[in-house]
Amino acid sequence: MPGDQAVVRLVNAVVLSKGFPLLSGVNLEVDRGSLSVVTGANGAGKTSLLRLLAGLDSLTSGEGMVAGVNLNGGDLRLLRRRVGWLGHEGSFYADLSARENLEFAARALERPADEVGSALERVGLTHRVDTTTKQLSAGQRRRLGLAWLLVRRPELWLLDEPYASLDDAGRTFFDQLLREVVAAGATVVISAHDPLRSGGISPQHFHMVGGRMRTT
Amino acid sequence: MTRVAWLVAGKDLRIEARSRVLLWQVLPFGVIALLLSGLALGPTHAGNSTAGPGLFYLVTLFVALLMINRSQALENAPGTRASVATLGLDPAGVFLGKALALTVELWITGLVLLGGSVLVLHTSLIGTVHALPSVLVTLAALAAAGTLYGALTQGGDGPATLLPVLTLPAFAPLLIAGERSYSAALHGGALWEWWVIVVVALVAYTAVGILLYGVLEES
Repeated sequence: MPGDQAVVRLVNAVVLSKGFPLLSGVNLEVDRGSLSVVTGANGAGKTSLLRLLAGLDSLTSGEGMVAGVNLNGGDLRLLRRRVGWLGHEGSFYADLSARENLEFAARALERPADEVGSALERVGLTHRVDTTTKQLSAGQRRRLGLAWLLVRRPELWLLDEPYASLDDAGRTFFDQLLREVVAAGATVVISAHDPLRSGGISPQHFHMVGGRMRTT
Repeated sequence: MTRVAWLVAGKDLRIEARSRVLLWQVLPFGVIALLLSGLALGPTHAGNSTAGPGLFYLVTLFVALLMINRSQALENAPGTRASVATLGLDPAGVFLGKALALTVELWITGLVLLGGSVLVLHTSLIGTVHALPSVLVTLAALAAAGTLYGALTQGGDGPATLLPVLTLPAFAPLLIAGERSYSAALHGGALWEWWVIVVVALVAYTAVGILLYGVLEES
C-alpha cells in the first residue's frame, strides 16, 4: 500500500520442498531502511527464509509482500531485480576473473563500467582484479560478493551468513559497509548463527526454530 | 533481448576459452571417437564406405551432449544460479546467448571433425566442402535444441544423464537430415531438400526456446 514502511511482510508463510516444510508459518515484518538479523541453528530455516524473500523459492501458502511484489502470483522476476543476494556458497562464474564477473553484472544491469573499479577498490580487491574467482580465498570471494552488491545497489540486501570466512579486518569493513548502506536507505536482512555484533546500528533480531519465527 | 544474448554468449565463450575444456577434453574425445570409427570400418571400406556422414554425425552427437551438459553446468555452480537470477536477465536473451555460444563451439568442433573425416574416413574433400553449409546449419539447430533440453534436464532436480534420452526425439530428425544432406553432397542427390528441413528445425527450436526458456528456468 502507498506509504507503507514495511519492505517485507509475511503472514503465516509456508514453504514446502517435496512435501518437506522449510518454513512452517512464518510471520515477519521488516521496515524500510532497517537492519534485521535472523538467527537460528543449522536447519532452522534461515536460508529458506532469505530465498523466499529473494523470490528464489515460491510461497506454498500464506501471504507475503516483498519490495512491493506480492509473493502470491506477483512478478518474481521483478522482485529478484530489486533484491541483492549474497549466499554462503559464493556467487560467481569460477573461470572468470573478479573484474570480469563484476563487468558481467554491471552490463546486465546497464550500469557504468567505472562502478566496477570503484566497487573492487571499496572492498580491497584491487590487487586481485584479474585473478579468476576459483583462485580467490573464501574471504576474498566474500569481499567480491560485497562488491557485486555494491555494483547492484539493491533496495533490499539479503545476506546469508555474511561473516563466514571474513577475518577481523573484513568483519570491521563489513560492519562499516552495513552502516552506510542502511544510512543510505536500503534495507538489510542478515542470517547468522549468533546475534550481530555490529556497532553503531541497533538491528532488529529474529530467531528461528524449526521453520518458525520467534521475535527476540 | 539481443543485448542480453550477446552478453551471455560472450561470457560463455570467455569461460570456455579460459577453462579450455573444449580444447583439451572435448576435441580430443571427438577425434579419438572418429579415429576408432575409421578403424572399425577397416582400411578396405573406409575409402568407399557410405557410412562416413553417419559416423561424423554420430561422433558429433556424443560431443554435442558433452558440450550441452557443460554449457548448463556453468549456470548451476553453487551460488551462481541464485546470484545471476537476481540480475533479472531476459530469459529469451539468455537462451539465445547460450545457444549462440554453443553454436560457435559446435562449429569449431565440427570443422575439426570434418577435417578428421577427410583424413580418417577418406570422405571426399570437395564433397565435404559442398556439405559445409548444411553441416553448419545442422550444428546450429543441434545447439538450439540442446540448449532448450539442457535447461529441462539441469534447471531443476533432473539428472543430467536424462539428456541423451530426452533429446533423442529432437535430435533424430536433425541427425537424419544432416546425414542425408552430407551424403547428397558426397555422392549426389537431393541436397537442398534435406537442407531446408534443417533450416526449418533451426527456426522452430529457436522460436520455442525464446518462448519457453523462462518457464524451464523457473521450473
